[in-house]
Amino acid sequence: MTVGPGRDPAIEVQDLTVRFGEHVAVDALSFAVERGTIVALLGPNGAGKTTTVETLEGFRRPDRGTTRVLGLDPITDHAALTRHVGVMLQSGGVYTAIRPPEVLRLFAAYYDDPADPEELLERVGLAAHRRTPYRHLSGGEQQRLSLALALVGRPQVAFLDEPTAGIDPAGRQLIRQIIADLRTEGVTVLLTTHDLAEAERLADRVVIIDRGRVLAAGTPAELTTADDTDEIRFGAAPGLDRLALGTSLGATVDEVSPGEYRVLAAPTPATVAAITAWLAEHDLALLDLRAGRASLHDVFLRLTETADAAAVEAPDGSGGSGASAGRGGRRRRTGSRRGRGA
Amino acid sequence: MSALLAQTRTELGLSLRQGEQLLVGIGIPLLLLVFFSTVDVLPKPEGVDEPIDFLAPGILALAIMSTAMVSLGIGTGFERQYGVLKRLGVTPLGRPRLLAAKIAMVLCLEAIQVAVLVPTSLLLGWEPGWSLALALPAYLLGTAAFAGIGLLMAGTLRGTVTLAAANGLYIVLLLLGGMIIPLSELPGPVATLAGLLPRERWPRPWARPSRRGRRPARGPGSSWPSGPWAHRSPPPASSAGSDRSHQRTDLSGQRPEVRGWGSRPEAGPG
Repeated sequence: MTVGPGRDPAIEVQDLTVRFGEHVAVDALSFAVERGTIVALLGPNGAGKTTTVETLEGFRRPDRGTTRVLGLDPITDHAALTRHVGVMLQSGGVYTAIRPPEVLRLFAAYYDDPADPEELLERVGLAAHRRTPYRHLSGGEQQRLSLALALVGRPQVAFLDEPTAGIDPAGRQLIRQIIADLRTEGVTVLLTTHDLAEAERLADRVVIIDRGRVLAAGTPAELTTADDTDEIRFGAAPGLDRLALGTSLGATVDEVSPGEYRVLAAPTPATVAAITAWLAEHDLALLDLRAGRASLHDVFLRLTETADAAAVEAPDGSGGSGASAGRGGRRRRTGSRRGRGA
Repeated sequence: MSALLAQTRTELGLSLRQGEQLLVGIGIPLLLLVFFSTVDVLPKPEGVDEPIDFLAPGILALAIMSTAMVSLGIGTGFERQYGVLKRLGVTPLGRPRLLAAKIAMVLCLEAIQVAVLVPTSLLLGWEPGWSLALALPAYLLGTAAFAGIGLLMAGTLRGTVTLAAANGLYIVLLLLGGMIIPLSELPGPVATLAGLLPRERWPRPWARPSRRGRRPARGPGSSWPSGPWAHRSPPPASSAGSDRSHQRTDLSGQRPEVRGWGSRPEAGPG
């Protein structure tokens, strides 16, 4: 059964604003998630990711704007919506003394057509922990159980709040595989993360937010291609003679962090060869080299740094004109990226 | 299995799995009952010959308090702290069924307590008065009152604070609530204070106050909860100096003058 009319987006957020007292946690946020896709809300801690997701889950009332999940209002249609959504909280949410099969059977009893608890237990790799109370499971095992609980009702939409935070690599891999499988099953997934690799690998679309506002949105490819710039990055011993190298290349060279250098020049084979030749001449090892497409990491850092700088220039509450100038500046950047990426 | 049944089974199973639940719900009441009815060290109200006749109803009241207030309050407080209630809030279970499951869990635990404490009391020589028709409503009203306190703490305080507050209140009411020590034995100001708490008389549907042939107390005025918790406390004017004599009058089986819900409709539920 599909709730809501036709092929409308599974999740719609329009102009959402949520305040905690004076603090604006989410500030006129808008985005949509198409059915059957995976969207990552990406941002640093305190960006407003969890607040946004909790508003969509019906825990918080928007101060302004609207939210719709499967065409339903998360607060007024809460009872109807709970039958079709699965939720994974950032942490906790399970009786501390309960064992994994018990809580899965309990949650299965809430739904009309639940998934088989035994199958889910196998799927999340907890079959060997049938007798272990929740409080004695490791952090990763608790997260996997929480994911299983989000899926036991065969949801159409799954909200996963930092599903792999604080988990060992094997557990992370398993969770990512399960999330990727959800796409083939037609489940819409909205996940929050500050793990860039996770967003890049898993998501069909990424919405980068900071300070409650959208900084950029698009597919990982769009975002990284849009950030394509004329620069080459390489790693070598810290403290190189940047001026000498720059003169040799005929370009500016920055040491962006100790041992990581950025050459502001088009990544032509000739320039790359010139860099390696200069290093060879000075008997310096090349540790890594990247040219052309930026990683999502670069995009993310630049966007959030720009937002930080704008916030320093126009701190909140310092006056309407300054704040709006900062916002406008960021919007222009976002717009130009989208344009180039399209 | 229906959601309500599954929820009730889980709540009950998790409660019974906790050792401290069994200790506070059955162990402590049983220990107090057996010890103080066989070792005659506690004062008895005037007109009561056997300690068990005073202790048995008081211990049943204590058992209600331990389950409905302490266990339910602490359990729910930690469920709230650990995000369990939040997580359940986004399932189709819904608040009414969660509350119904918790009520059913408390009633099941109380049935187990009664099944242990009443036969033990009878073996120890308790001769209950025959007002069992009032026992059930009194039990339910006491449960509602104490569950209200427990859930109020769980819903407003942090889990660890609820733990401390519920246990603290348990000790205070154990000593001052007339459950094992007659209010008439408390020093004046403490007795006045205790007069504002759930009263010793409220498990009295079972009580046969004296074996000297007097009739047990009857009617809401004497046998229903009269503390401020289930409803409003007795009027302060009747406490202080008159309170001690009043207690004696009541416990000797006479109908009290002005007490409780039935006789004071203006002091109805608070």
